[in-house]
Amino acid sequence: MKKLILWLLCSLALVSGAQASSEGPAWDKFPKERVTDVTALQNGAKIFVNYCLNCHAAAYMRYNRLRDIGLTEDQIKKNLVFTGVKVGDTMKVAVDPKEAKEWFGAVPPDLTVIARSRADASKGSGADYLYTYLRSYYRDDTKATGWNNLAFPSVAMPHVLWELQGQQRAVFAEEKDAHDPAKTSHVFKGFEPITKGTLGAEEYNSAVADLVAFLQWMGEPVQGERVRLGVWVILFLLIFTVIAWRLNAAFWKDVK
Amino acid sequence: MAEFKDAPPGASMLQKTTVWFENRFPTAFAEYKKHMSEYYAPKNFNSWYFFGSLALLVLVIQIVTGIFLVMHYKPDANLAFASVEYIMRDVPWGWLVRYMHSTGASAFFIVVYLHMFRGLLYGSYRKPRELVWIFGCAIFLCLMGEAFFGYLLPWGQMSYWGAQVIVNLFAAIPFVGPDLALLIRGDYVVSDATLNRFFSFHVIAVPLVLLGLVVAHLLALHDVGSNNPDGVEIKAKKDPRTGIPLDGIPFHPYYTVHDMIGVGVFLLAFSAIIFFAPELGGYFLEYNNFIPADPLKTPAHIAPVWYFTPYYSMLRATTDPMVNVFVVITALGTVGALLKGGLSGLARIGVVVAGLVVIALLKTFDAKFWGVVVMGGAVIILFFLPWLDCSPVKSIRYRPRWHKVMFAIFVVFFFVLGYLGIQPPSDIGTLIAQIGTVFYFGFFALMPWWSQIGEFKAVPDRVTFQPH
Repeated sequence: MKKLILWLLCSLALVSGAQASSEGPAWDKFPKERVTDVTALQNGAKIFVNYCLNCHAAAYMRYNRLRDIGLTEDQIKKNLVFTGVKVGDTMKVAVDPKEAKEWFGAVPPDLTVIARSRADASKGSGADYLYTYLRSYYRDDTKATGWNNLAFPSVAMPHVLWELQGQQRAVFAEEKDAHDPAKTSHVFKGFEPITKGTLGAEEYNSAVADLVAFLQWMGEPVQGERVRLGVWVILFLLIFTVIAWRLNAAFWKDVK
Repeated sequence: MAEFKDAPPGASMLQKTTVWFENRFPTAFAEYKKHMSEYYAPKNFNSWYFFGSLALLVLVIQIVTGIFLVMHYKPDANLAFASVEYIMRDVPWGWLVRYMHSTGASAFFIVVYLHMFRGLLYGSYRKPRELVWIFGCAIFLCLMGEAFFGYLLPWGQMSYWGAQVIVNLFAAIPFVGPDLALLIRGDYVVSDATLNRFFSFHVIAVPLVLLGLVVAHLLALHDVGSNNPDGVEIKAKKDPRTGIPLDGIPFHPYYTVHDMIGVGVFLLAFSAIIFFAPELGGYFLEYNNFIPADPLKTPAHIAPVWYFTPYYSMLRATTDPMVNVFVVITALGTVGALLKGGLSGLARIGVVVAGLVVIALLKTFDAKFWGVVVMGGAVIILFFLPWLDCSPVKSIRYRPRWHKVMFAIFVVFFFVLGYLGIQPPSDIGTLIAQIGTVFYFGFFALMPWWSQIGEFKAVPDRVTFQPH
């Protein structure tokens, strides 16, 4: 019996150990603590409404849910909601999907649960991806928009945040393949700034982190409450289990 | 009708009420005794025996949460995805109900797999419990159907393409396949029509059958009595005065209170997932399923949810070379039957004809069809287990050491097949899956032979039990 369990554990270790397989550059780690930082979330919401919500919708997200990140209904109405939209409405956009497809070559996806959908078991969370993606734009004149992205090659969206970040180019080098000397591969060496943005490099990273924190929160607004409640549920169940265990012992003491 | 009873003089209100009901609904009292307070279960159950009652618990969780989900869910291709997000955001406690249901689906399979493995360990399907096992296998089949239909409902990319892949499997069946797939989908592609019928199957058709089978499973079990880790028949040794098995104890209160510990530990794990990792790293809720279904965009890698992947792996393992392996196995089997079978002249001819027909069929139809047969066969073969296992003892405790090793290898292969089914196909992965598939079927098909071999330990007269 014990041997069986040991075998089971060994095979489980096998399963969890052999995951790394996806291609593409590794993702940077998104600073997770921002998701519980109300100031960061509010700043992220502001960036989201100003830069993203023009083309992308968040059609399952209501404006007044922003109360959960410490905004009052008045603040939401004054600063974040455009005229004619009610505070209880969801974050829709006026862009017609057909026209959007014509302009960009692709319909801008809804962003409500984007952070949940982009996770990859071998590379990181959806937030890691978005944090990497929004910092990986570079100038590429071979593309129609003039922009390309290292995390999402040939992406249809141009660099919307370029005024904040400034422009950068990607430096590639041709390197001999370690396994096959006949082949050379296109290896990414780093970004080089071309023009300065309104934010410094650190400030830009921080702004993107705030935006991604907001996207992560918006994917599941209840996530904080869920964890807080979970602690109480687990505590209750621990007590329940101990009582059940002692109750069982009391009943079973007369089974000989 | 039984005689009307009168409450004794000076009886309390509770006693009077009980008598009132007893006079009008005696069946309820008789059934309670039969299935709870006077159902005698062996006293030596171990932790493996928690999973039966836990399966019942998960069934109840799924039904109750399902009822609440249906109140808010919209089975419409244009509204389904949004209605799930509506449940997650706007419905009070909707997120909890939905996570309980999605985690419950995976928990159901974990609990049922462990419950089935318990049966395998202790020979719980052996005479006279064959029907209990068969009802159980039918429940497992229903559960697979239920999970498959339900998985389409969130209408995400994985829902959509997973359903597309599985329905297309039916199209591989010769002659009727394409029409059958059309009948299942109700359209030429997975569409609104498919979603509506899957919804109907998921919320009413399959659950009705499932509930009926669960009742049959329990009634049949209570007729023959539970097996136990020693595989000893407790009914063979009864108290001559009372007729109660010496090693039996009333299910209620002893096992109701015992199962509460199991419930506590199970709910701890269940809640930990719901509250701290509801996606469980993409295994319980796949990341791709947060993208609405798009019939024009095929995901790069389509994998079913984890509980189907061992079987999915076997399907993918059935390539053309694998079919040739089946041909060789069939030929060897035929020759073996001729040489060692001790068959009469007519039977020998029958075996040769059958062998040739099977080989001809294997080479006639596409490997994809045989993949479907392998996948289905892997589940169907479980139904025959009571007759495949010919070991002289029921319980693993008294079987030879190398039988335990066989079981261990079986479990490892099951896990490995499951793992490979999640991964994108690779050459080495396919080869391992092929070995796993052959082992899986060999394990069952050759069981009548190997289960009799080795040195068996003596089975005791009474169960082994240490008082707590």
